[in-house]
Amino acid sequence: MIEAEGLTKNYGGKAAVRDVGFRCEPGTVTGFLGPNGAGKSTTLRMICGLTPPTAGSSSVLGMPYARLTNPGRQVGVLLDASAQHAGRTGREALGVSAQLMGVDRARVPELLERVGLERSAAKKRVRQYSLGMRQRLGLAHALLGDPEVLILDEPANGLDPVGMRWMRGLLRDFADRGGTVLLSSHLLREVEATADQLVIIGNGRIVAQGTRDELLAGTGTIVRAATDDAALAKALRAADMDPRETADGLLVDAAPELVGQAALRGGVALRELRAAEGSGLEQLFFELTGDGDSAGGDVSAPTPTPALEATR
Amino acid sequence: MSTADAALLPSRAPAPALTRPGLGRLTLVELRKMVDTRAGFWLQLSVAALTLLIVVVTALTGHDSDHTLSNMLNNSVQPASVLLPIVGILLVTSEWSQSTTLTTFALVPQRSRVVSAKLLASLALALAAFVICLALSLIATAAVAGGVEGAWHLPATMVLQMFVYLAIAMVGGVAFGAALLSSAPAIVLSFVLPISWSIVSNLIAGLDSVGRWLDPGRTYAPLTDHLLSGKESARLLTTVLVWVVLPLAIGVWRILRSEIK
Repeated sequence: MIEAEGLTKNYGGKAAVRDVGFRCEPGTVTGFLGPNGAGKSTTLRMICGLTPPTAGSSSVLGMPYARLTNPGRQVGVLLDASAQHAGRTGREALGVSAQLMGVDRARVPELLERVGLERSAAKKRVRQYSLGMRQRLGLAHALLGDPEVLILDEPANGLDPVGMRWMRGLLRDFADRGGTVLLSSHLLREVEATADQLVIIGNGRIVAQGTRDELLAGTGTIVRAATDDAALAKALRAADMDPRETADGLLVDAAPELVGQAALRGGVALRELRAAEGSGLEQLFFELTGDGDSAGGDVSAPTPTPALEATR
Repeated sequence: MSTADAALLPSRAPAPALTRPGLGRLTLVELRKMVDTRAGFWLQLSVAALTLLIVVVTALTGHDSDHTLSNMLNNSVQPASVLLPIVGILLVTSEWSQSTTLTTFALVPQRSRVVSAKLLASLALALAAFVICLALSLIATAAVAGGVEGAWHLPATMVLQMFVYLAIAMVGGVAFGAALLSSAPAIVLSFVLPISWSIVSNLIAGLDSVGRWLDPGRTYAPLTDHLLSGKESARLLTTVLVWVVLPLAIGVWRILRSEIK
């Protein structure tokens, strides 16, 4: 269980994180989404007691992180895959932490194997690791203390598609066993598949949050004509619909069956007709990413789409 | 997912009662960090090798009057007093240069406990080095001056003073590392500052009286040479306050309130 309330962090008078609050329940995976520089890492560091918040508070397992008895055994934290001493071997990096948390040292080789770092890799110094290998080592480190909660910052960075799929399975399984997972990402697609809860942050503010199904719920219909999109648009307008062009086809704010009937009346053959799952979310995310470069400045967060606002 | 895999995932069984990692365990972890990287390992190996070399050279050269346990020990602690502080500096600064602070302080949120563990580990390393120096000096004295009168004369207080000499150097390293939180500046300044100050206070007449109280080169030297007088002790304490306690205080303040990135 992770709770954040009103978390705010100012740097030199500018707010990097403003009034961020959310809750992660046991048994769920929460995706913390936002473009680079939106304040994800700062928020996670505040939750882990590494960055003092300007205002607000957070708790993990019902208490402030700093009051946990043996944090390594309760919360698995991976904030930066490169935050391992380059001169230590992967095995030694885990060995040091295992000794610190009082974990049986037999877990070290088990976990290295579990995350796919073979014996030869474990003996290499971290300096020689690729980013993907560092992520695997970081994940092994986070799991070392058999924690109930995982807090992971961009864990999929540098993983290949096979690695990503593996990680998704691992996190899903962790949550299914009653664990709480909070992971950040700047890629919507990456967390869409794993997370049950989404918290979306842009320019330091939460712009949308809710269950994945709520946020991805139908926000219209995507329709494409077999040959003539212009004729299709005309037919839809004739039925009092307002089609908008998107990369996927025409987006119509109406149920698929009504759109199909309108096309039939217009005599247009269709090639695709489906509910526009999460295209609103994607649209919002695009807007945020577009603003990503100016994050930390005073650019106000884009207005959430009505559909998203309703779920907040 | 295989059963072997499943065994490694959280069992969600009632968690065993957790205990906070004790200061003893944290200290052992810090000692481990001193030797598990190449820099730390080779530094300490060089200290051992140099100490051995110095003891052998002292034993094989010079006059009988030099072949005393006291002189052997005095010479043997010199390599450690110069090189071990670097281990102390790196013990603190490498956490920042390698961003391992993210891991260390996530596992031990009470940062002052980490600092305490680092200080205790440094003292333990200084003690271990001192015991080796003492053992080598005893062996060398027995080998070349076993029968010489007065060769074994070494009051217990002198032994303690020599350890204090090493311990001050070691903790001074940790203090400089903590104050600067960056390896290169801390190593360079920990050598350059005391030497420059020594030169300046010797050259400028007006600073001479200050130097007598605050120049480590002058106030530390009596520790390995003779039993301290009251005034020498006072001068030593003053120097330690300025060169060890002050940077350590600055360092602790920085570590406790800095943002860990």
